[in-house]
Amino acid sequence: MQAIGKNVRRIDAVAKVRGQAKYVDDLTTKDVLVAKVFRSTIANGWVKRIDTSKAAALPGVEAVVTYEDVPKHTFPTAGHPYTKDPEHQDVADRNLLTRRVRFYGDEIAAVVAVDEFTAEQALKLIEVEYEEYEPILTAEDALKEGAVEIHQGTKNIIDHTGYELGDVAAAFAGADYIFEDEFKTSIVQHCQLENHISYAYVESDGRIVIITSTQIPHIVRRIAGQALGVPWGKIRVIKPCVGGGFGSRQDVVQEPLNAFLSLTVHGRPVKLEYSREECMIASRVRHAIDFKIKTGVKKDGTIVARELQAISLNGGYASHGHAVVSNAGAKFSHLYPYNASKFDATTVYTTAPVAGAMRGYGIPQVTFAVESHLDDIARSLGLDPIEFRLKNLVQQGYVDPLSGIRVDSCGIRECIARGKELIRWDEKKAQGKGNTAPAERGRPQLKKEQTGTVRRGLGMACFSYTSGTHPVGLEIAGARLVLNQDGSVQLQIGAAEIGQGSDTVFAQMTAETIGIPVEMVHVLSTQDTDLTPFDTGAYASRQTYISGMAVVKAAEEIKARVLNYASGMTGIPAGSMDIINAMLVHKHNGEQIISLADVALDSYYDRDSASPITADVSNNARINALSFGCTFAEVEVDLATCKVEVLKIYNVHDAGRIINPQLAEAQIHGGVSMGLGYALSEQLLFDPKTGKPLNNNLLDYKLPTVMDIPEISTSFVETYEPSGPYGCKSLGETPAISPAPAIRNAILDATGIKFNELPINPHSLFKKFKEAGLL
Amino acid sequence: MYNITKYYEAHSVREAIELLQANPKARLIAGGSDLLIKMHQGKIEAAELISIHNLPEISGISLEPDGTIIIGAGTTFSQIANHPVIKEHIPVLAEAVETIGGPQVRNVGTIGGNICNGSTSSDTAPTLFASNAGLRIQGASGTRVIEITDFYQGPGRVDLQHDEVLTAVLLSTDNYRGFAGHYIKYSMRKAMDIATLGCAVVCKITVQAVIEDFRLAFGVAAPTPVRCRKTETMVKGRTFSEELLLEVGKSAVAEVNPRTSWRASREFRLHLVEELSKRAFKQAFIRAGGKLQ
Amino acid sequence: MMTKKITMRVNGREVVVEVDIRESLLEVLRGRLNLKGVKKGCSVGECGACTVLINGEPIDSCIYLAVWTDGKEIRTIEGEETGGKLSKLQQAFVDEGAVQCGFCTPGFIMSARALLDSGKKLTRQDIIKGLSGNMCRCTGYQNIIRAVERAIEDKV
Ligand SMILES: Cc1cc2nc3c(=O)[nH]c(=O)nc-3n(C[C@H](O)[C@H](O)[C@H](O)COP(=O)(O)OP(=O)(O)OC[C@H]3O[C@@H](n4cnc5c(N)ncnc54)[C@H](O)[C@@H]3O)c2cc1C
Ligand code: FES
Ligand code: FES
Repeated sequence: MQAIGKNVRRIDAVAKVRGQAKYVDDLTTKDVLVAKVFRSTIANGWVKRIDTSKAAALPGVEAVVTYEDVPKHTFPTAGHPYTKDPEHQDVADRNLLTRRVRFYGDEIAAVVAVDEFTAEQALKLIEVEYEEYEPILTAEDALKEGAVEIHQGTKNIIDHTGYELGDVAAAFAGADYIFEDEFKTSIVQHCQLENHISYAYVESDGRIVIITSTQIPHIVRRIAGQALGVPWGKIRVIKPCVGGGFGSRQDVVQEPLNAFLSLTVHGRPVKLEYSREECMIASRVRHAIDFKIKTGVKKDGTIVARELQAISLNGGYASHGHAVVSNAGAKFSHLYPYNASKFDATTVYTTAPVAGAMRGYGIPQVTFAVESHLDDIARSLGLDPIEFRLKNLVQQGYVDPLSGIRVDSCGIRECIARGKELIRWDEKKAQGKGNTAPAERGRPQLKKEQTGTVRRGLGMACFSYTSGTHPVGLEIAGARLVLNQDGSVQLQIGAAEIGQGSDTVFAQMTAETIGIPVEMVHVLSTQDTDLTPFDTGAYASRQTYISGMAVVKAAEEIKARVLNYASGMTGIPAGSMDIINAMLVHKHNGEQIISLADVALDSYYDRDSASPITADVSNNARINALSFGCTFAEVEVDLATCKVEVLKIYNVHDAGRIINPQLAEAQIHGGVSMGLGYALSEQLLFDPKTGKPLNNNLLDYKLPTVMDIPEISTSFVETYEPSGPYGCKSLGETPAISPAPAIRNAILDATGIKFNELPINPHSLFKKFKEAGLL
Repeated sequence: MYNITKYYEAHSVREAIELLQANPKARLIAGGSDLLIKMHQGKIEAAELISIHNLPEISGISLEPDGTIIIGAGTTFSQIANHPVIKEHIPVLAEAVETIGGPQVRNVGTIGGNICNGSTSSDTAPTLFASNAGLRIQGASGTRVIEITDFYQGPGRVDLQHDEVLTAVLLSTDNYRGFAGHYIKYSMRKAMDIATLGCAVVCKITVQAVIEDFRLAFGVAAPTPVRCRKTETMVKGRTFSEELLLEVGKSAVAEVNPRTSWRASREFRLHLVEELSKRAFKQAFIRAGGKLQ
Repeated sequence: MMTKKITMRVNGREVVVEVDIRESLLEVLRGRLNLKGVKKGCSVGECGACTVLINGEPIDSCIYLAVWTDGKEIRTIEGEETGGKLSKLQQAFVDEGAVQCGFCTPGFIMSARALLDSGKKLTRQDIIKGLSGNMCRCTGYQNIIRAVERAIEDKV
């Protein structure tokens, strides 16, 4: 292997450190108009009257539109591939602008002006009168008798599904112990550094061009077409550099409105950029999910039955809707399979910001519930939490009855062993109840029984995660390769680089497969629905695994064509040649025959045989693979100040073969820090009386700073996943899954207190410590 | 773009005062790290600004012959944190300003702005309260000096006339010489955060470890920064002990009046008042040369 | 509309611009001087993406009025390289994998630049504190800290 498994530098890093990488706002032209959205200042109600005349009269205002002016049909926004089956299509419950207000910040009108300042001033001139209802922020309020319907005819339920595998009642009857508990997660936000932004204009041939910071260019095209009611081919979507996504851009948040606004001003370019404050409430958030969990266990620690009920709070519009909690349910039995399990889930509308996809798609939530619950059971039974898990963990060869996914590579046991060793679990545990680690970082050694105000604890949690969405979603990916005159290749892909490093990994796969250095692969990082092949986009940790398959296939095809062409030139059979380091060689002895550059040049310019060599592949991957891993954490809790300090955190992964260790490690760092925020500090808050967001900015929303993140340690247990390109599996979202329960379990170990609600911030520590008489 | 309708630059305090007199709606802007945020949030609209940004006359720190430390109102937090006079004579103030925002904010935010915005969450106020800082205020009719403890009138309200400029913060020797202190900022993050509670203790001890002088002040424990005078009186003249710490914590709680907001409950803040006053006292005592038993 | 003609040195070159008194330095750098490496993540001093050096000190250009820069020395990410060659600091960001989406990167590099130019002997804790006004959602900060440490070792 000359490229796979190597720390190849990111191919876009140089442009980024120079400040030369181009994001949407760096590409707008001087004549761009600026749009701003007029947002509701109530959470639930109707617009009784709106008067935009003063705004429209303001010099510099080009257009003001309201819900009266937009198409009457509704459209969906979730970044899922389209499906022809009407039963499975995403809920279409949006208009471009709305009269019915469904969350604080809902989109009622929009202004287009010559500049941002004028647009902002115009917003202030719009007069509106509301009929206001009580906000609906909890499941109880959404589902109670006579609750105001957020969407008519829904009873505030987006969907309700479930399944039962095996005879659950009988299995529970056969259990020696039954444990039941409840867990709650909170609303958090992606906080990618670049806010939502796009700009749109209309070409002279009438086609609409949208340049947008998105994870899903092809889906944006389709949904913009649906929303505007125009043929999809009339829309062209271009994705330049993207300043982070994490799922917030796996949704069509603002592009259709922007295109509509451009059409309103006769096709002139219009920029629509959300401020940070808008972005935090009017793009997407992660679902808060309430869980009830029940587990039947034998005396020896074998789990025999499980039941999970979930209510997922979706906010004012469906977006990804029920798919997120369904995903949680479908996968909650992957890690600890048993014959009997039951799942029941409801997704409800609330008058909060719209929940959509966010790194892990329901799995961080359910893993918090499951892995916390498991620790509690182990504690109750006096079992070691690791031994208890090991007893029940999935084995290689397991086939999930719901999805048919087969576990062909499974390194979870090795991951646990590695994590245990790295954190010195046994040694620290041996030192006493809770944990009494020797003085580290200059902290005083603790007394054995941990009676003081500062206490330490160890915790761990496991996860498993799919690679892509098969069999639920379509997994199609495209790659195109063109051999240049000098023997280098251009790689065009439909998959979207959003910061995760996929372009670099694809370059490595291409280089490895063809037999050229990575520098000879030129990746077109911009996705353009007119130019780059079809791919559904960056989500579900699918790109390296799924889009990688297409890339490898394209590279194999182009290599075969090169060898064929060279065979014509040299008379040597294609089958007895290979390419090594951009040289064609004899397979049997490695002797050089001709350079790739010479073959390439010939393929362009030979008068008789010229036929430039390309490959264009579309791959429909009807397969999936499970990644595994765990987090081990050591915490120090200061009871008196209600603060938790994470002293050590190890995030161990079986993500198959690691294509680029440096990028993989960096991906974990980011995921773990997101997990730390999820565990300890992040939460979007709302005034219960009005539904108004309280902390939708980066000062009040507690995204961890560099001072808040401990050293994050990573480790890989490399397995080989036969279905994945070069043996890889998912890694994008997985690091963010298990930190929260691991930290929660460590806090439990330190204090004996169970925290079943996220985040575990000083406010909740104070409350619980007070209740427990620790303060 | 900020909604600034008029902008004037003052080249001296005199000029600033004249501009204020001539423009009844205008406000001063120093570092802008408070005012510009409020404008962005729409809390202040269509502002007329008189800039005293980087005005040399009110920036910088000096040690007067009588020992008084004069900190120009326009001095930035970074300048304060790094200044030898502060580091040597009143390091607790350096400690306090280092907790503010991040480096970028500390490079523009001024001590004057931090006081004049009248916020109870000011990270300099508790230390300045505990140090009986004087404020030199210049107006059309002359200059006055008042104690910072008399300056705050309510949330966001301070004793400053429209045409007055805070020019300097004064620290006299009897308020810093021989004192040691500790400021604890309790916040949800270790940087870039507003205090949930700020606690400053300064104290002075004798060789026998008797507490000769003791001051305790808080931010966010009431609508304005506050001193705990009764607790101070109770402590003065006593010898340091763990029991005394407990008494201080209890006593402080009785002297504050925090409110419940979405940022934190009153109960939690009261708990922190008790806990942090103990911790700050203990640390200040150690810094003053005291030895724990 | 009030304007003011200001003279500043930007990345070593003298620039004279007529700025609107309402504009932030961020807007002038991006809008008038086409220095698009300066990023905007919040507009209110919370994220550090817009960090530039003013007379050597890192500040958030979004909450700094452009009129204030008259007579000052400004340095942006575009001034970090020399003759198309990356500075050691930039190279360290590349080599240590400190870049992901890259949106925070210019701001971090400017904050790190100020640290390196301070001439102080820096501990890891100093570096962390010096970067604490910059937010990053992608990297968990780990490789950014490593990159700055490496740049210090390499004596930039
Ligand atoms: C991201 C961020 C983080 C922050 N973190 C903290 C923190 O941790 N702790 C903290 O305490 N603050 C914090 N702040 C708030 C702010 O930085 C400070 O309050 C700062 O001291 C304000 O000073 P300034 O010079 O920038 O004020 P300006 O915004 O210029 O002025 C503030 C007010 O004071 C008035 N004023 C200023 N100077 C004078 C004067 N000399 N005479 C009379 N009136 C005057 C102005 O008219 C205005 O009303 C933060 C701000 C931001 C943006
Ligand atoms: S854009 Fe200036 S700090 Fe965020
Ligand atoms: S690299 Fe994306 S925010 Fe830092």
